[in-house]
Amino acid sequence: MPLVPLQAAGVDWLIPWHEHVKAVLRSIRIGSGAGYSGDRIEPAVELADKGEIQYLVFECLGERTVALAQQARMKDPQAGFDPLLEARMRAVLPVCAEKAITIVTNMGAANPLAAAKRTAELAKTLGLSSLRIAAVLGDDVLDACRDRDLPIMEFDGSIRQLGNRVLSANAYLGAAPVAQALKAGADVVITGRASDPALFLAPMIHAFGWAMDDWNLLGQGTVAGHLLECAGQITGGYFADPPYKDVAGLARLGFPIGEVREDGALVITKVAGSGGAVTAATCKEQLLYEVHDPRRYIQPDVVADFSQVTIEAIAPDRVRVGGGRGTARTDTLKVSVGYLDGYIGEGQISYAGPGALARGRLALDIVRERLRLTGVASHDIRFDLIGVDSLHGAALAAGAAEPYEVRVRVAGRTDSLGEAVRIGNEVETLYTNGPAAGGGVTKSAREVVAVASVLLPRDLARTQVRFVEA
Amino acid sequence: MKLREIAHSRTGDKGDISNISVIAFDAKDYPLLEAQVTSARVKAHFAGIVAGEVMRYELPHLGALNFVMYRALGGGVTRSLALDAHGKSLSSALLDLEIDDDFRNINLAP
Repeated sequence: MPLVPLQAAGVDWLIPWHEHVKAVLRSIRIGSGAGYSGDRIEPAVELADKGEIQYLVFECLGERTVALAQQARMKDPQAGFDPLLEARMRAVLPVCAEKAITIVTNMGAANPLAAAKRTAELAKTLGLSSLRIAAVLGDDVLDACRDRDLPIMEFDGSIRQLGNRVLSANAYLGAAPVAQALKAGADVVITGRASDPALFLAPMIHAFGWAMDDWNLLGQGTVAGHLLECAGQITGGYFADPPYKDVAGLARLGFPIGEVREDGALVITKVAGSGGAVTAATCKEQLLYEVHDPRRYIQPDVVADFSQVTIEAIAPDRVRVGGGRGTARTDTLKVSVGYLDGYIGEGQISYAGPGALARGRLALDIVRERLRLTGVASHDIRFDLIGVDSLHGAALAAGAAEPYEVRVRVAGRTDSLGEAVRIGNEVETLYTNGPAAGGGVTKSAREVVAVASVLLPRDLARTQVRFVEA
Repeated sequence: MKLREIAHSRTGDKGDISNISVIAFDAKDYPLLEAQVTSARVKAHFAGIVAGEVMRYELPHLGALNFVMYRALGGGVTRSLALDAHGKSLSSALLDLEIDDDFRNINLAP
């Protein structure tokens, strides 16, 4: 039978061909097992157990997580990977091994090889010693960045100007090294910094043999990866807003599954009976989440174009997404640079009952004056009333009814830990020196690890796949 | 009428940039969004929070607008002093915009 070229969105109206097309075109089901490092664990087990998936992806790396992990690795060469790696792997490895589900994750953080070794040890103790575990290396590009003194994208300055405050520089790798590991037979692939959608794109490239310059397919695959990468955020998490947007079962929210066909056709769904909902509305919100120009969603493998994406509910908890396109990838990779950026000191105290707001404002005035009198030097400081104006400022809060209780919050940026500690202390002394009936003080002082970005010529990130036997 | 009655919204963050989608529940209300939820209005609504430009991208076939707000997150999520460093709560503030619905149910199509 001849196969005519089919557009992803246009297949299903070919009714006489439909069954034939389904039989010929291969498809895979990819589950999204985590949307951030601390995410719930049971939904991933549910996906592996009941989701009829072939791939399970865990996206666990926030913007600055690698920098924090690098700090941990500097203290201990065997550390620097995701703290929940062991708990997640212990929960899913047995069922994934039983059902031949391949795991892809960026839980390697600053130390993918150590994460792979730890996973191999765990697999062995679970009696799964035939598992092949791969680490993707090469995202650490600190030396290459330092050599070139690249300009910072977010502010005027360069890596060299940040000097010895720089902790880490990690390039967002694309799907190729992950696909390479899959081709070599990996059952578990562990990366450090990689583009989130690329973790999902790699199984598609591997399973369907997509060409690395088929920009439209890579663009549509990126749409799939982007929709799936935040897990519960497309199945009804981060969505409920009663009474306009109600979502049932958020305490047992199901995580998403992407059914991807080799022509790029995509359906987003979830395990039957799990909580939450997959609707056109949840998919639209997630499509635009963290997107700027929808025509140019820049990824390591492709510049994806979301502007023509179509979203259509075809059955309960089944949404068809098509029309993702792409253009040629850029010559550079985005690099996330972690650097030390001073300290933040903070203190909070609560007031309640009649006059709470006035006492809260008085407390802020007292702390403001105390910090001046005692010479606490801060570059930037905020005086907030939680429950009143802490989130959106005084202008948007104007006219709101007076709350029953308020929480005073003072937070400032300092050069030293000592100065940061003094900010919280000046809130704490309100107990015996401030307005009546203040309670529940908390205070903290922490070193700030900030993140900035640079663009690195892509050939300077040399990737490598290393296998670790269980 | 509040924007919340005809649209839903989600905030995302990258560095010091916040993006907020505004999506019509019903496609027929999209023209109201396009006409009334302008970049200038969003910038004015977030005066004091957003220090930079506000760009608007239109996705009519999804009934959606995407606002990209620069210098919106107190220097960036990783260094901000704000309680909500990600600005995740900003979408709720935007849904409080007043929408003039005088012409909502008039069919302007030829």
